[in-house]
Amino acid sequence: MKVLVCISNVPDTTTKVKFVDDNKKLDTNGIQWVINPWDELSLTRALELKDDASNGIQSVTVAHVGLATAEPTIRKALAIGADDAIRVNADPNDAYFVAAQLAEVVKAEAFDLILCGIESSDYNGSNVGGMLAEFLAYPSVSAVSGLEIKDGKALINREIDGGKEVVRIATPLVAIVQKGIAKEPRIAAMRGIMMARSKQIKVVEPVGVDVLTELVNFEMPEARAACKFFDAENVAELVSSLQNEAKVI
Amino acid sequence: MSVLVYTENWDGKFKKLSFELVSYASKVAEMLNTTTTVLSLGTVEKSELEKLGNYGADKIINGTSDALKVYDVQAYTQAIAGVVEADGASVVILANNNAGKALAPRLSVKLKAGIGSGVSKLPVSTAPFVVYKRAFSGNAYAKVQINSEKKVLTLAQNSFDLVENNKGAAIENLNISMDAGMVKTEVVDAQKQTGKLLLNDAEIVVSGGRGMKSPDNWGPLEELADLLGAATACSRPVSDEGWRPHGEHTGQTGKIIAPNLYVAIGISGATQHLAGVSSSKYIVAINTDKDAPIFEAAQYGIVGDAQKVLPKLVDAVKESKSK
Ligand SMILES: Cc1cc2nc3c(=O)[nH]c(=O)nc-3n(C[C@H](O)[C@H](O)[C@H](O)COP(=O)(O)OP(=O)(O)OC[C@H]3O[C@@H](n4cnc5c(N)ncnc54)[C@H](O)[C@@H]3O)c2cc1C
Ligand SMILES: Nc1ncnc2c1ncn2[C@@H]1O[C@H](COP(=O)(O)O)[C@@H](O)[C@H]1O
Repeated sequence: MKVLVCISNVPDTTTKVKFVDDNKKLDTNGIQWVINPWDELSLTRALELKDDASNGIQSVTVAHVGLATAEPTIRKALAIGADDAIRVNADPNDAYFVAAQLAEVVKAEAFDLILCGIESSDYNGSNVGGMLAEFLAYPSVSAVSGLEIKDGKALINREIDGGKEVVRIATPLVAIVQKGIAKEPRIAAMRGIMMARSKQIKVVEPVGVDVLTELVNFEMPEARAACKFFDAENVAELVSSLQNEAKVI
Repeated sequence: MSVLVYTENWDGKFKKLSFELVSYASKVAEMLNTTTTVLSLGTVEKSELEKLGNYGADKIINGTSDALKVYDVQAYTQAIAGVVEADGASVVILANNNAGKALAPRLSVKLKAGIGSGVSKLPVSTAPFVVYKRAFSGNAYAKVQINSEKKVLTLAQNSFDLVENNKGAAIENLNISMDAGMVKTEVVDAQKQTGKLLLNDAEIVVSGGRGMKSPDNWGPLEELADLLGAATACSRPVSDEGWRPHGEHTGQTGKIIAPNLYVAIGISGATQHLAGVSSSKYIVAINTDKDAPIFEAAQYGIVGDAQKVLPKLVDAVKESKSK
């Protein structure tokens, strides 16, 4: 079984975002780029599964659609333990474009199990995984919080609205992962970092894709009114404000 | 042309979320000068389906098929896409919940429809079609123009008020013919969350952080939640420590919620936490540290010890309810 982990390269979650070019572009000055937290956990789970030889996983590959500036993030994935990496050399404008490129990657190398995160922490689309599955006409399972391989099939815990299910499903398959998939992200050890230096990042050129959406601009949320403080000895006033002013209780 | 809205049902019942979706869809339809079709899949009683008609629906389609008994995302996508084509819908609207997040991107590819996910307002304009969506974990918004003929939108829960408007919509029963072989998902085990109010559905949420000090201190917090008809939540370290169940953790890596009121007790307000709760209409913070970042996100605050303030708050709410 060949596993592909799709990784997006996102600003560190504590970044205070700012925009430039008439609010059309993120100001990348001083931004720390990281592997999207979900993708780090997917990669961790894929490597855990590979560690157990009985799961029959031959390789764990990471793929990223983005420019060469994302290579440090890809190297980090290699250092954590991915066997190899593919980068589609393009500056994506939306999830549809990204998913269309990843579909070509999957077709070219016949991956069986594809892992995507539930959302990127930057554009918050929750779109790439599902789109990729539909481009490939593969089944998909969303909100995956646990993944095992049993008798060559995937055994998956998923969250549905109002409950949880355990489902069994054959590969090929796209699993869209969320909290619970792995406990802590695996950290790159010295040996991994050394080995990652010699691993190749395979670069492929993008295919043409119809442009369905375009970004008009970004906006900052409206500033909230300053906090109104109440005395700890007089909480009745707070309750009365919630009732009569905010009208929420 | 029409606006088609898909709503799930929960054991044959709809929720407020369903009615928010229909209200929103019918307003979008008004902007486009067209009609609203509501699609429900699976077995639902007529009297329940009729409730969807109270929020501006022109037509209600009740689709059933044996292939839809198991929730297989690919099969559901095919079923919904078929109805969209037959109805000639140009805009498809789903909830931005687990089901919507699973189905909408697949529909987008199948229908070649540009997507606007997690919208919380009506489109800014319809020609060109421009929507507002959350970006950077709630730290910014993006205005996105959708150029494709068909569009898919997912609506954030609790972001749109119900609009009553009964047009006496007809209910059409539709037998969706589907190849059973298309269903690849096999459900081995299922656990329903019963009884307790679901965090995503709650209009009021009372949440505790590390400042609660110990899992044994949750009594008054739960009492407050009960009094307010609220769900309980927590910060990530609290669920990581096993003080509270994992399903309660809100934030970037937990649940993203938008209740009318979020009460944050002993929570510092880290950006990753705020990413899950900053869309709440009102935030109340209780914290010993007057400089805690949570007060920047809150409208109402008390600087004080949770252990002392909580019991007083419980009493004050009881008092106000007895009036
Ligand atoms: C990639 C990533 C993702 C993350 N995702 C999430 C997420 O989804 N959700 C999340 O919550 N966190 C998340 N975190 C963790 C986040 O950064 C914070 O560490 C966490 O939110 C802090 O939780 P807390 O506010 O409960 O604890 P603390 O930061 O320890 O804050 C405790 C607060 O309680 C106050 N306090 C202390 N004693 C009292 C008292 N007696 N009465 C009242 N107040 C008191 C303190 O002043 C302090 O403000 C994430 C971190 C990373 C790196
Ligand atoms: N540029 C990208 N390259 C590779 N994978 C991506 C990229 N963008 C998003 N993904 C994958 O899609 C998931 C969801 O992203 P999104 O749809 O952008 O919220 C991420 O967790 C990744 O697994």
